[in-house]
Amino acid sequence: MSETPQELRYTDTHEWARVEPDGTVCVGISDFAQDALGDVVFIELPETGTEVAAGAEVAVIESVKAASDIYSPVSGEIVRVNDQLTDAPDLVNSEPYDGGWIFVVQPLSDDLSADLLTADQYQEFCETDSNAH
Amino acid sequence: MLQSIGVTNIDELFEEIPDHVPVANFRAIESSLTEMEMVFRLAERAKQDELGSCFLGAGSYDHHIPAAVWDLATRGEFLTAYTPYQAEASQGTLQLLYEFQTMMASLADLDVANASVYDGGSGLGEAILMAVRSNRSARNRKIAIGGAVNPFYVKTANTLVRNQGIELVQIPHENGVFDPNQCPIDDPNVVVVQQPNFFGLLENVDAISNWAAERNALLIAVVNPLTLAVLKPPGEWGGSGADICIGDGQPLGVPMASGGPSFGFLCSKMKHVRQMPGRIVGRTVDANGDVGYTLTLQAREQHIRRAKATSNICTNQGLLVTAATIYMSIMGVSGLRNTASRCHENTKYLVAQLEATGRAQRAFHSPYFHECVLRCAGDVGALTKSMIADHGILAGLPLGEIDESLDDCLLLCATEKRTHEEIDHFVELFNHILKEA
Amino acid sequence: MPTIPTIFDTSKPGRLAGGQTPKEGDLTGLPDELLRESNPVLPEVSELQAVRHFTNLSQQNFSIDGNFYPLGSCTMKYNPRGAHRAASQPGFLNRHPLTPAFASQGLLSCFWDLQETLKTVTGMEAVSLVPMAGAQGELAGGLMIRAYHEDCGDFERDEILVPTAAHGTNPATATMCGYKTREIGVAADGDVDIEDLKRVVGPKTAGIMLTNPSTCAVFERRILEIADIVHDAGGLLYYDGANLNAILGKVCPGDMGFDVLHLNLHKTFATPHGGGGPGAGPVAVNSLLQPYLPIPMVGKLDDQYIWLDESYFPLTIGKLAAFMGNAGILIRALAYALMLGREGMVRVAEYATLNANYLAAELSKAGFQLAYPTRRATHEFLITLNKEAKDLGVRALDFAKRLLDFDMHAPTTYFPLLVPECFLIEPTETETKTVLDEFVSAMCKIREEAQENADYVKQAPHNQVVRRLDEVRAARELDLSWSGTEG
Repeated sequence: MSETPQELRYTDTHEWARVEPDGTVCVGISDFAQDALGDVVFIELPETGTEVAAGAEVAVIESVKAASDIYSPVSGEIVRVNDQLTDAPDLVNSEPYDGGWIFVVQPLSDDLSADLLTADQYQEFCETDSNAH
Repeated sequence: MLQSIGVTNIDELFEEIPDHVPVANFRAIESSLTEMEMVFRLAERAKQDELGSCFLGAGSYDHHIPAAVWDLATRGEFLTAYTPYQAEASQGTLQLLYEFQTMMASLADLDVANASVYDGGSGLGEAILMAVRSNRSARNRKIAIGGAVNPFYVKTANTLVRNQGIELVQIPHENGVFDPNQCPIDDPNVVVVQQPNFFGLLENVDAISNWAAERNALLIAVVNPLTLAVLKPPGEWGGSGADICIGDGQPLGVPMASGGPSFGFLCSKMKHVRQMPGRIVGRTVDANGDVGYTLTLQAREQHIRRAKATSNICTNQGLLVTAATIYMSIMGVSGLRNTASRCHENTKYLVAQLEATGRAQRAFHSPYFHECVLRCAGDVGALTKSMIADHGILAGLPLGEIDESLDDCLLLCATEKRTHEEIDHFVELFNHILKEA
Repeated sequence: MPTIPTIFDTSKPGRLAGGQTPKEGDLTGLPDELLRESNPVLPEVSELQAVRHFTNLSQQNFSIDGNFYPLGSCTMKYNPRGAHRAASQPGFLNRHPLTPAFASQGLLSCFWDLQETLKTVTGMEAVSLVPMAGAQGELAGGLMIRAYHEDCGDFERDEILVPTAAHGTNPATATMCGYKTREIGVAADGDVDIEDLKRVVGPKTAGIMLTNPSTCAVFERRILEIADIVHDAGGLLYYDGANLNAILGKVCPGDMGFDVLHLNLHKTFATPHGGGGPGAGPVAVNSLLQPYLPIPMVGKLDDQYIWLDESYFPLTIGKLAAFMGNAGILIRALAYALMLGREGMVRVAEYATLNANYLAAELSKAGFQLAYPTRRATHEFLITLNKEAKDLGVRALDFAKRLLDFDMHAPTTYFPLLVPECFLIEPTETETKTVLDEFVSAMCKIREEAQENADYVKQAPHNQVVRRLDEVRAARELDLSWSGTEG
């Protein structure tokens, strides 16, 4: 069973989002998603300073047999990216919620709750999603 | 077998094809031939096209191919294998491709080579698409093409890239070579230069490379792989080297064969590898920790990335790459160097002899490698026609159709296969035909 | 079997194949700054060393000549050596591509004959032989569709429809043509979901790309209805000829409403796959699209064959290759067509379909699950090993790897994506019943092994040159060229 920390918010494209104390939003992919992808071999990171809209493709994550787009859960500007992933893409597998974070957005508005899923909602979503396959 | 399936005749197997689709009518196709009859018919046709000495290059070259090359390449295990998707059952092809990638990357002095694309022309198109993807920070999709890049390649590339909003801007050549001052745009995204260029001339690649780098443009080098044995490799051009190098592999053990099948090779700096099209082989280990080879970086490709793939290409030109790898192994460093330098010397001899007739002189004065443009005193179209029709000799390419200002010019080439006797005979005929005209 | 050292590992500085080294030429006069200073990494070996190395490498390959190779959608049938012989004659091999047409009548007559044959086979108006692979044929087709709409002054159409089960080249090609891809669903019986098609088709539709038989390995029964729907919306129909082997001599794509198609000569016309190429992907079109065909083609003027270039086809999409594409492959395809003749061509579809249906029936009787049990197999069929994966923990991948130990190449795995744990199996018409029976036995044996010791199957292959390869390491720690013995 995959982990779904309660304090995070999720998307139906399997990103998680965490509001940092400074108001920025840190983004990664869920434990469920990393497990479905398998061993991650490469992450194409965005450039800092890029303006992104919620739902826009920001990064690409590759495993041996699959490639998956990562969408920004919020609109704003990319302020940090996790350069460590360039040399250690496996962090996405081993620590999806910690060392495997992908990028940080400075959001345009601070209201995250509207469109994102809670941990419980996301878990429910994953169960239906995996039953469909 | 029908019984096992549960039908009484073969037609029942096609019952899902709706009745209103008409049955195919193959009356126009003739009755079957035996192998003997078929080979006889095609042999007659092949015989019709046999010619003698070839002084024509322009992208396809008459080189010697060691007998072992095709004897080995056409072993059934190479010839009738498929793409090495099941790596454990394809180590032969995979290791060979890894060795090929090593040789090509080293010839170009770049970090990485792919397992080939279709040919040089389409390879230029793929290289341009790759460069545009890689140079995302660039402000436009304009590609500056040196004036003496193979015009067949440019036309082919244009077909492949123009529907993605990419514009090829041709730089007029100045005395046959690339002149940055003639470039109609000052901020190209990508610059393409060919060495030796289509006219056989050597470009000042260091200066061109630096000029492109100053404009933050990526540089694509179009090269003849054989010449890389003696010419400065693209990775060493200017301060930073070319970003991508492409060319046609035909000079490496592939017969001219009407232009195909041949193969295109594509090399680049490591930083562009994820934008590369086509197959790439990597070395890894197996479950026992022993060395093995497998296709890698497949997430770039169409079968995974679909609409977002780096290209729609699936095949490489595996069999031709097999031949080229064997060719390079047999020829080795000295074989390749000597073949290249011998071509240069033979062409110099050809040019000197033709100039000595007083009926031809070099059109351009930059140094040339193994092809040369000669301005002739007479109708070059009639000359080449008569050479073929009366003497079975291919006397070079009349350039009028490619560049009007060169309508009295021939592009000529003498490979290592041309003997002095053949050249002397050709020069004599050349002199004679132009005198009569 | 030991792994073979790379040819660089066996290399010794200064060693060479003496008989292959021409006398050095004089480079004086070339500017020093344009010359190479360091030697490239090329092998320095004797001719025998090279011959032995590559002979040994070849022996590590599966091939049609050596193994049953039932790769679905790849049509791995016997490649007649006679066709290879015919194409390898000096007049063909030594012909320079820029030799004028008047001195190339032999070759041009071959191209003409092949164009005519392919017109009949496809039921289309005109053929261009230039595309060098199926994917390039697709590209040519997409570009022609675009050129046609633009010529009609219609610039609004920017979508290509493909079924969700389509081959990856279809959407990748659409992108290269500057189009967006829209997917349409596949119904439970494997046919295109007509209702879904009706929902997405419209004034933005440039065309639809279909294979028939489809990538689900069944005949698209409502093809004429699909054609009407797309045509009524102003779109065109593209036929991906990957599966033409199934209908060769039975029905023609031109009679199924298609406007443009490509053929894979390396599949249907038995030219060798060469370890991944070269192929050839000629395109055939109806009269609507004829003006846009890629150049050059071969025409006939009086009794002379001529090249048809821009001057004859000013609206052409242009060149796709520096010269004439994969000419040598085209000759092989013609040779194959001549040997088949009209009688043989009909037998291709019949025997290919017979073999596939027999193999499907036998596997089904042996307890394997057909993906579309209510449908006839075409030249190929799908099974799903989902049950085995769930019950035994042994996946399609494991079956595939273990088959190698039975000296059989694995079928295509995990394609199409919508059928879980699938094998796409194409036995082709050139295999005997004995071989098909052996395949069924091997599958049953592997299932037995899985029941007894699943790990044994999951660790397969056991008898190949290498064990299962670490693909994750290959992708994470890129080693793409040899850099010294320490490697």
